[in-house]
Amino acid sequence: MITAGIDLGTQSVKAVILKDNELISRGKAFSGFDPAKAAEEALGEALKEVKLAMSKLVHVTATGPGMDMAPNSNSTVSMMGADAKAGVYLFPNARTIVDVGAEEARAVKCDVNGIMMDFVVNERCAAGAGAFIEAMARALEVKLEDMGPLSLKAERASSINASCVIFGESDVVSLIHRQESKPEIARAIFDAMADRVSSMVHRLGVNPDVVLVGGVAKDVGFVASLKRKLGIDVLIPAYPEYAGALGAALVAVNRVRKA
Amino acid sequence: MKETPQKEDVEYWRWQEYHRVFSEKKWKNKDVITAGVDVGSVGSKATIMIDGEVYSWGVMRTGSNSPDSAKKALDWAMEGTGLRLDDLKYIVGTGYGRVNVPMANKAITEIACHAKGANYIWGPRVRTVLDVGGQDIKAIRCDETGRVTSFLMNDKCAAGTGRGMEVFADLLKIPIEKIGEVSLEVEEEPPPVSCTCVAFAKTEAMGLLRKGWSKEKVLAAYTHAMAIRMGNLIKRVGLEKEFVITGGQSKNIGIVSRIEKALDVKCLPMPDWRENGLDPMIAGAIGAALFGKALYEKAQKS
Repeated sequence: MITAGIDLGTQSVKAVILKDNELISRGKAFSGFDPAKAAEEALGEALKEVKLAMSKLVHVTATGPGMDMAPNSNSTVSMMGADAKAGVYLFPNARTIVDVGAEEARAVKCDVNGIMMDFVVNERCAAGAGAFIEAMARALEVKLEDMGPLSLKAERASSINASCVIFGESDVVSLIHRQESKPEIARAIFDAMADRVSSMVHRLGVNPDVVLVGGVAKDVGFVASLKRKLGIDVLIPAYPEYAGALGAALVAVNRVRKA
Repeated sequence: MKETPQKEDVEYWRWQEYHRVFSEKKWKNKDVITAGVDVGSVGSKATIMIDGEVYSWGVMRTGSNSPDSAKKALDWAMEGTGLRLDDLKYIVGTGYGRVNVPMANKAITEIACHAKGANYIWGPRVRTVLDVGGQDIKAIRCDETGRVTSFLMNDKCAAGTGRGMEVFADLLKIPIEKIGEVSLEVEEEPPPVSCTCVAFAKTEAMGLLRKGWSKEKVLAAYTHAMAIRMGNLIKRVGLEKEFVITGGQSKNIGIVSRIEKALDVKCLPMPDWRENGLDPMIAGAIGAALFGKALYEKAQKS
């Protein structure tokens, strides 16, 4: 049985294809102005990789903020539901899934079957999401991918306003003029974000194992800061940005079996 | 002369930088010439006063370096006046970058300066001042002398400030000066957007455009949400008439008219700043220059 999951994020659309319960391919496209088209591209890329036609897909489940725009989908699942499913599939002992994407961050508490029990999200605020790092990298004039490694060179962190991306940006500009070191500023940026994210986890109660997914999980600087703030290890799968799509595809499998 | 930019590189967010000198006034060395420099997060404003009367000002964009921006704004206020830095008896710095005004004799918080400046622009009847700048919203109550009696500001979040409007101007390709009028070109006021986070402004706008909303409707929904945020801040500090708006967003008719509606109050009329009146954007710098005069005179007496 072939199923697919599509995660329509604010920055990119991710698609994965499962054969029974086994992940066989992935695809990705930038959301741009037309997420529906991006979804077709991402799914098309994933299908092409394993030389499958769209007609072979038994069930397609969409998730992510743009899930209602997904073409050719049979059902949808909440982002929290998809995170929980994927987290436990990837790490059977996972009980807390932290998902940090471009514009969203959330913490999800789940049970042994990957059923979502409770969650906290960063509603209406970019502090704590990937957009924060992006804005700060621009202010610091450092490439986004260099931010993490740079921050790891610091022994201590500068102090910045963590409550708001826009205020944080102004703080970074002042710190540059005070000639504080870039690694220390970069570390402060990740610490600030990790503060926001760990406080979401604390609101749920810290239930190990904690799994980190979403595009920001690829940033070594953020990962180091989050581990420090939580005081426990954080598990990260390969391809963490595909977790939402994977969760959706797993939901698709369940829906076919139940039908 | 600056060349007009090519059509494709138009920066719609870019507001007009300008300076003005009331040339019918002449300064003499014995006058108390003071200056106020208000370095905001987005705009830098400098005002020069002669014996407590506005003589000239300059308004420009704040660069990444606060001391530079302060100096440039002050130089611009002095341009064509024959004044030199030495002629200024006292300089007060204010605004977000007030500690970074190298030539200032003293730094004073922008809350005090805006109340004082509003009192100067509109007279002693002003009791509530809303200052909306690039990333700040401040609701200030004051007495008939322009002294602050209480205030509230957005200290944790920049949602609903001028920066968001710049993002919208750019994305919708509407010059920032026109954005207020355009936001009023809707037959029916749409519901406010749920999120005014500046960092999400782009996503928010794209989502609405995708739904098939017109530019005007998108702007109306965002402006509406901003006005509600500002209105709530004023309600919390307590609205007392007369009410005025200062800062860059005081020029946004879309914001002003919606705040008036939300609070069921009329603002005192905007000075004709394009002609011969004072610009509400320089209220903070005026207040700073007035404090400068008082401080200078106090120092002379002792």
